[in-house]
Amino acid sequence: MSNAATAKEPVAVVGVGQTKHVAARRDVSIAGLVREAAQRALADAELGWGDIDAVVIGKAPDFFEGVMMPELYLADALGAVGKPMLRVHTAGSVGGSTALVATHLVAARVHRTVLTLAFEKQSESNAMWGLSLPIPFQQPLLAGAGGFFAPHVRAYLRRTGAPDAIGSLVAYKDRRNALKNPYAHLHEHDLTLEKVQSSPMLWDPIRYSETCPSSDGACAMVLTDRTGAARAPHPPAWVHGGAMRSEPTLFAGKDFVSPQAGKDCAADVYRQAGITDPRRQIDAVEMYVPFSWYEPMWLENLGFAAEGEGWKLTESGVTGLDGDLPVNPSGGVLSTNPIGASGMLRFAEAALQVRGRAGEHQIDGARRALGHAYGGGSQFFSMWLVGAEAPTT
Amino acid sequence: MPEPVRGPVREVAVVAFGQSAHVPDSAETSEVEMLMPVLHDVLAQTGLKARDIDFTCSGSSDYLAGRAFSFTMALDGVGAWPPIAESHVEMDGAWALYEAWVKILTGEADTALVYAYGKSSPGDLREVLTRQLDPYYVAPLWPDSVALAALQAQALFDAGHTDARELAAIGARSRGDRPGAAPGRQVVGPLRTGDCPPVVDGAAAVVLAAGDTARRLTARPAWIRGLDHRIEAHALGVRDLTDSPSTRLAAERAGAFEAPVQLAELHAPFTSQEVVLRRALRLDAPGSTVRINPSGGALAANPMMAAGLIRLGAAAAAVQRGEADRALAHATSGPCLQQNLVAVLEGER
Repeated sequence: MSNAATAKEPVAVVGVGQTKHVAARRDVSIAGLVREAAQRALADAELGWGDIDAVVIGKAPDFFEGVMMPELYLADALGAVGKPMLRVHTAGSVGGSTALVATHLVAARVHRTVLTLAFEKQSESNAMWGLSLPIPFQQPLLAGAGGFFAPHVRAYLRRTGAPDAIGSLVAYKDRRNALKNPYAHLHEHDLTLEKVQSSPMLWDPIRYSETCPSSDGACAMVLTDRTGAARAPHPPAWVHGGAMRSEPTLFAGKDFVSPQAGKDCAADVYRQAGITDPRRQIDAVEMYVPFSWYEPMWLENLGFAAEGEGWKLTESGVTGLDGDLPVNPSGGVLSTNPIGASGMLRFAEAALQVRGRAGEHQIDGARRALGHAYGGGSQFFSMWLVGAEAPTT
Repeated sequence: MPEPVRGPVREVAVVAFGQSAHVPDSAETSEVEMLMPVLHDVLAQTGLKARDIDFTCSGSSDYLAGRAFSFTMALDGVGAWPPIAESHVEMDGAWALYEAWVKILTGEADTALVYAYGKSSPGDLREVLTRQLDPYYVAPLWPDSVALAALQAQALFDAGHTDARELAAIGARSRGDRPGAAPGRQVVGPLRTGDCPPVVDGAAAVVLAAGDTARRLTARPAWIRGLDHRIEAHALGVRDLTDSPSTRLAAERAGAFEAPVQLAELHAPFTSQEVVLRRALRLDAPGSTVRINPSGGALAANPMMAAGLIRLGAAAAAVQRGEADRALAHATSGPCLQQNLVAVLEGER
């Protein structure tokens, strides 16, 4: 890639909004759900619908709600009439990719202020059905996401010799963190580590309490340029780097434990952000962990730990709220999973951390945070690194 | 709305375009098999290999395939190893081209591969498209895409903007039939078979490149001088179906009205919609010599999710061949022209 003829416009997150995530929001339509998150993001930025130049919306498969290309129907609810509206879909990574597409619109100086939003209202339909429609020529997912990912977790265990208990430590930590996040879906006040460890085995070695819930929810952000950031009422989060990478789902030689696309994506983000030692230079991580074992796996994939060493960070408490590399202070995907919005929640929570606006789950002094999402059969990756200071280049 | 535009800062061009044969039923061919020859074609035109491409973006819709995440397997056709920088819009590929154009404008990429595909044959397209309507109030009534277009056509008749004879002439021109050819039987009044698009499966691809890279890859790049898209309200009851304000606004933002164009590729799946678009784009001026849809347009081949990208590709290819110095391309999405994209393409000045 070339040196750009002109430097990119710096991009700032000045508004973040999300819904209280629950199993079923029967009180609102899909339009009502997305509008709630968008209005909260606008309120955070102290902007009105008229200040928004374009809308970028993302969600996971349309079959999850049974609405084909719902952006058409949602144009009115999101104040998009008369504006450009783009709809992104990159499977589970979509929330992150959607935020990055919105970032590009500002960075390229095509628009000044962009609303980006991702949602899933899973109660409208049945996600397992949506994932299970068989068609000719193509590999069916068969047992849903858990059945697909469990063998790769087992491969990780065999490869690293990690003790069996690590998965439950992650689930217990994230569910405890969620108690500090008023928007999180699962608030299990009486959860104990023993309860996690004795929950039913679903797909060996993944237990019931080590899996994500199925949520209704939406997340929105307002992104703007330097001028917009200067007017913002609250500290912005600045985008220091962002990238997407894809690789095929299935091919001989694919490393399902630590996919090359994830490594390359992280390396690209770190290069853009000037990160040379992620373990030391990044203060908080919002990582896409739908099954608890993916925390140690992604710690390695993202360069926070050497290969085979990720579980040791988890075991020693490094990734806890009071550890020196807190992972998923919000409670993460394990506590809240509106699939299409889950990636954007990771990006948005990273932004909240560096803005100092994460409330009870705020990490003291967080200056740089990573938001991470993945999707497909560990096929699609999207990440961004946000900082409290404006980028210097 | 605030004035956002400080102007894109990089020159970006279409340097290659390819499309598949569009067929009524491709049951024997997977999406990957349909795409691969097209992808190989556009890469061969530029001499690039998949690994040379900085950014890839595609457009498609799960609802056509009848399966969630249908695009994930299509990526295999690109040759996504080593890992590529890639994104996807659940829209017509024209919007994938837009995303790729923006990515190049940021300076993060110099080249982009854009592709789109759609197989309508697994389902009944008219019924499938009802699922993109308001899910609570409209979709349960199953108003199909032809019925909605007929509503629009009747509104145009009632407003005196067109009549059956003009529509028949548009249909005949698009398909290359002799003037005055029979417009066929009535499908949903006032639309006849000749006013409606064929239902086909197909794919298309485009390669974009910035500045000197574009000049190196092809003798005559088709420069994107402007590109914009706008959406309107969804409910048909709150829109004037005889007009397309979103097309007009997108055209203004793309600079389409700053100088005359010689050629226009309009994504009008129904003859009546061409009438709306020509008015919005001011292509009907007395004595106008603008050539409209020399490719035949969507009335000749309308592969869902690719037909808009094909309009951009066909206009760019005409510029590349020297058949026009300035061309306009348009793509649409949603019922009755709800969402519209306009691009202005030019040869080297």
